[in-house]
Amino acid sequence: MFKLKCDDFLTYDEATGTYSIAPDQQVRDEVEKKRWKDIGLTVLKDWRLYLMLVPMLLVYILWKYLPITELLAVFKDVGTNGGMLEDLSWSGFDNFGALIAGSGYYGTYYNTFWSTFRNTFIIAFYGLLFGFPFPIILALFFNEVRSNIARSIMQVCVYLPKFMSVVVITTLIISLFGGTGSNGILAKAIVGIFGSDSVIGQATQTGIVYSTRYFRGIFIISELWEHAGYDSIVFFAAVIAVSPTSYEAAQIDGAGKMAQMRYVVIPSILSTVVIMLIMKIGSLLSVSYEKVYLYVQGSGVTNRNGNYYIGATVSVWANGMTTNQPIGMAGEMITNLLGMILVIGSNAVSRKATDVSLY
Amino acid sequence: MKRKMETSELIFKIIAYVFLIIFAVICVYPFLYALGASFSSNEANTTGSVILLPMIGSDKNSLSIGGTITAYQYLFTGRGSAQFWISYSNTIFMTVIGTVWCLIYSVLGAYALSKKRLLGRHGWNFFLVFTMWFGAGVVATYNNYIDTAEIFATIAGQGGNPNSIDLKWVVVLAMGMNATNIILLRNAFEGVPSEIEEAARIDGATEMQVLTRVYLPMSRATIATVTLFFAISRWNGYFWAMKIMSGAYNQSYSWPVQVFVRDFISTYTSLVGEANEDAMISWNNLYDDGAGGVTISTYGVVYAMVVCSVVPILIVYPFIQKYFAKGVNMGGVKE
Repeated sequence: MFKLKCDDFLTYDEATGTYSIAPDQQVRDEVEKKRWKDIGLTVLKDWRLYLMLVPMLLVYILWKYLPITELLAVFKDVGTNGGMLEDLSWSGFDNFGALIAGSGYYGTYYNTFWSTFRNTFIIAFYGLLFGFPFPIILALFFNEVRSNIARSIMQVCVYLPKFMSVVVITTLIISLFGGTGSNGILAKAIVGIFGSDSVIGQATQTGIVYSTRYFRGIFIISELWEHAGYDSIVFFAAVIAVSPTSYEAAQIDGAGKMAQMRYVVIPSILSTVVIMLIMKIGSLLSVSYEKVYLYVQGSGVTNRNGNYYIGATVSVWANGMTTNQPIGMAGEMITNLLGMILVIGSNAVSRKATDVSLY
Repeated sequence: MKRKMETSELIFKIIAYVFLIIFAVICVYPFLYALGASFSSNEANTTGSVILLPMIGSDKNSLSIGGTITAYQYLFTGRGSAQFWISYSNTIFMTVIGTVWCLIYSVLGAYALSKKRLLGRHGWNFFLVFTMWFGAGVVATYNNYIDTAEIFATIAGQGGNPNSIDLKWVVVLAMGMNATNIILLRNAFEGVPSEIEEAARIDGATEMQVLTRVYLPMSRATIATVTLFFAISRWNGYFWAMKIMSGAYNQSYSWPVQVFVRDFISTYTSLVGEANEDAMISWNNLYDDGAGGVTISTYGVVYAMVVCSVVPILIVYPFIQKYFAKGVNMGGVKE
């Protein structure tokens, strides 16, 4: 910490032989100056540490924060194509107004926003509803496998899809469902089980992945398949951390398997569950645009039966905006702001309710 | 003392085993299927006769188990092979250089962030975490990458034309950021006992030496995990490479293998989109073996590509998966 000497603020008057104290403001200025000098010295002494921070800051500013400034284009006329300085015809909140009202000169674009927005929510919501409990169940089941080798083999298998690229995943899933034909293994199985005249059988024959009716379901199942095993790692670690004595105590008290789950395991892993739930809710709206894009690109899902963009999420919809970028940006901005509110909100709620929070 | 198993416990155990085995098989099956299908004949693939083992034969009714390597022959030596090898080497380049680059700034940044004496530490952390909360979105990010490419081209003395520079460099330098990885590293560095650092400093170690001689060796597991996270995401990277290299600026010589695979599928098979007889026919004409007669399986080539792009991950996967499990558990994120 910095030190101040008394004589900095006292002036000795030789004529009268008395000290006079400097005015308050002067003292404050002096203190402030010393403080900054002190901070400067600390930084200077530690310049290597601050230099180490620079590459990371630079990368994040250039490629994470500068794109955010590009969002200013949402306040520009529809015809303009991004770039803050290129075209300065500002239009205020016109883009948002038209987007929310669902009308305007560029009708098709405005109208389709809400269907993609709704779609994002539906996919995200069901993804969470089914995708969140599943890894917990997996972890509880893994805990039942006493043989280490058997468990390791199964774990290696269930983590696998997570490490594959979206291109590989979507290619395999589309081809297993038979693409546009009914020749995929799964397509054959569906037709075999439900019959070729049933609704799902007919959809399968024309390409179930591209049917507006089943696309969301297939997408959510494929997400679950891809992530469940990997997501179970965290829960499994929490489950095996439960001390064996807790189980023994419960058993002595006459607890059966279900009672042990209810009163021993679940309370022990609750904090982990809460943290993971916060993370999931926070990233709720960032439905993998890569994956949706790969599924719907070039397929009928985007505009079949007048249900324009039924399969697409907001990002994929915005990605298609080549000539009206400000509208796409506005749509994404609304979604991303909502996502941010979700993560901060869920974090605050959890901190209040359980004392567990992420940030 | 061996306790007698209760009925409820036994039932639970059986359910657990059955469920896990089924799910494990479901998780692995598509990849085994791709492997089998890549060795199968055209007829077997188009009629959907492959279940697991490769099937050969040219008549739907007389297929038998066996293998053919025509798909791989085509992929490695056929007409499209030049693009395949270029893409493959591009992917290796992007993975190696991109991972090293990401690691350098992540390790340095995380080290600085882990120090209590860093001024404005909370501010810097927020700076990082904020990017996990709010993103600019696809459109703005795309514009930013194109601007970046233009700036790179200007620096390279090409008058700001992105097409005159190798866009690989934009992918390598500007992409693959991951705040979670930096937080993982930061937490690992925070866990290193400060006494060791003090001892090193008394021995006259500089800041850089403290990092490389003390912190890096002591958080080896985290470094390994983070390296693998970066490498996997680089190897699998598709969307942005596709966006900047096959849109306004078409640079197929810089494509990573994922972009190539997808492009091949979209162009030549009916896997994507409405059934397109014309595309199928032109594919067969374009990619017959040149000797006339033999039709190479479109699907076979696609699966061969899938296998080729997956194999490197599968080779390292058994060795690295324990690190992943560790890494995830270390990620008990705290602020």
